[in-house]
Amino acid sequence: MLRYISRRLLAMIPLLLAISLISFILIRVAPGDPIITYEDPRGGHDLSPEELNKLYEKLGLNDPLYVQYWRWLQNVLRGNLGYSLTTKRPVMEMIAQRVPNTLRLTVVALITTLLLAIPLGVISGRYQNSLFDQVVSAITFVGFSLPNFWLALMLIYIFGVGLKWLPIMGMAPAGQGSFWTTVKYMVLPVTTFVLVDVGGWMRYQRAGVIEAMQEDYTRTARAKGLPERVVFFRHVWRNALLPIVTFLGLSLSSLIGGSFLVEFVFAWPGMGRLGVEAALARDYTVVMAVTMLSSLLVMIGNLVADITYALVDPRIRYD
Amino acid sequence: MTDRMLVRSLALRSELALRRPAKTPWQLALYRFRQRKVAVWGTFVLLVLALMAIFAPLIAPYDPNLIDLAGGTKGGRPLPPSSTHWLGTDYLGRDYFSRIIYGARISLSVGFIAMGIAISIGAVLGGVAGYLGGSVDNLIMRITDVMLCIPQFFLILTVQSMTKPSIYNVMAVIGLTGWATIARVVRAEVLSLKARDYVMAARSLGASSTRIIFRHLLPNTMGPMIVAASLRVPGAILTESGLSFLGLGVQPPQASWGNMLQGSTKYLGTAWWMVFWPGLFISLAVTSFNFLGDGLRDALDPRALR
Repeated sequence: MLRYISRRLLAMIPLLLAISLISFILIRVAPGDPIITYEDPRGGHDLSPEELNKLYEKLGLNDPLYVQYWRWLQNVLRGNLGYSLTTKRPVMEMIAQRVPNTLRLTVVALITTLLLAIPLGVISGRYQNSLFDQVVSAITFVGFSLPNFWLALMLIYIFGVGLKWLPIMGMAPAGQGSFWTTVKYMVLPVTTFVLVDVGGWMRYQRAGVIEAMQEDYTRTARAKGLPERVVFFRHVWRNALLPIVTFLGLSLSSLIGGSFLVEFVFAWPGMGRLGVEAALARDYTVVMAVTMLSSLLVMIGNLVADITYALVDPRIRYD
Repeated sequence: MTDRMLVRSLALRSELALRRPAKTPWQLALYRFRQRKVAVWGTFVLLVLALMAIFAPLIAPYDPNLIDLAGGTKGGRPLPPSSTHWLGTDYLGRDYFSRIIYGARISLSVGFIAMGIAISIGAVLGGVAGYLGGSVDNLIMRITDVMLCIPQFFLILTVQSMTKPSIYNVMAVIGLTGWATIARVVRAEVLSLKARDYVMAARSLGASSTRIIFRHLLPNTMGPMIVAASLRVPGAILTESGLSFLGLGVQPPQASWGNMLQGSTKYLGTAWWMVFWPGLFISLAVTSFNFLGDGLRDALDPRALR
């Protein structure tokens, strides 16, 4: 197992290098110019050509692309992700500040989603094609077809603007306000995540139950006269949870990366909004960092999924 | 299923088989597709939306870009839905119903063309990788891995922010970044097909690799490919709407369902219809496409687990 993990970790290195090279080239070859927003985040700048050239020189933008890439790579390997062009702060610091905010949303959303999706999926799978199954499937299907940012806007309209029950955007400042204030700000973004995601999880759970119910071990359990309750919870459901555990690993990247659009709509100071702001401002050091972090998380998530799969399912072995 | 039911259904099936002439695979697929009611409904809704997009100039009651501050706004405020403006107007007094209809053109064509680009690249790369195997396969699959790890929406966002956003850029970028899953599907399919006798026969007749891939293998991956395609379109529509919402997609005054939502956070309190309708149409199109894709998967790829 350890050998397997180390081999997988080693295989990530060339992949990460390729990703960094591709994104570096894409970002730097594109006709846009990071300097345009360097002085004034809204666009134009009033620098003379000489000043501009000095600035280019200072930021190392006059060097050939491969020199710039090499310098970037060296810095990253030393743990320096560079400095933001807009805020002029270390990118590492900005990310460290944003990740907890995103986690606060995504973890609560994931737990709520699972608490809803698992029972719904179990019942739908157990009573496949029943009225309950059809209604729940249809609703969740519509749920994951909605544009998440529009759903967020509609929730803001109903509960924030119309009923005035909840704040429409932002996050309760850390250390200020009561627990309830913090919760109030989280309700709408979390609801958005849950409504969009519940469908997918519910379908995995449903498919898992349906599959496990057709397995030989389930028939054997019934044949030896076990009560239906034991057959279902000990044999069917336990096995049907396996795909869910795997998908937990795969959701790692969205847990930490958040959602670009939902965080943008709610003005939630998380990773997703950091990414959108950086992209809009052509803040390429931040853009590179966000890209690399998300890609790394996807890879680690895949690995975690494979490992947990082997851990919870003794039939699967890696060597 | 009890034995008696099984016998009865088999008897019924053979009776039906006797009554009707044998079905081709496509007829069977059509039959299976029609069994799925929601898929049929999805198709119907999409046809309506498509007709709306094609005949936009005939249906739209107003010019979608006609700015009419005097008749279309009330002292600079947009008008709510009424009998003259069915879906209301926006801040420039433009008729929202007409903009939605013209927006259908943009949103649907972005969805289809982006899907077309993704499918073409994915099919060729997947087909070549699967058939040739070896180092070519290895190289293509590593590129696919890279594409699957990079966050697609963020990549698109970045590229769009660096270039001058336009509808063609949107189509190209969504298509160019979305082929990886299709390449995997096609490759897996080709791997299982290339051991078939007809491929052997073609090869022994001296057919080139290109001919075998394009004439023998790819047409036989049509089923999974159509399924993948139908599930790509709604993704592309959602991506376009997200991009345009952020102002990095289709540029005004050209209307797309996404860019009609641009800056709409500001209007939520005063003009709900400006936020509600575009999103409703996006949801309608995406839901219908997802239902259609689901039905196609049942029809064309019966082995796949739903």
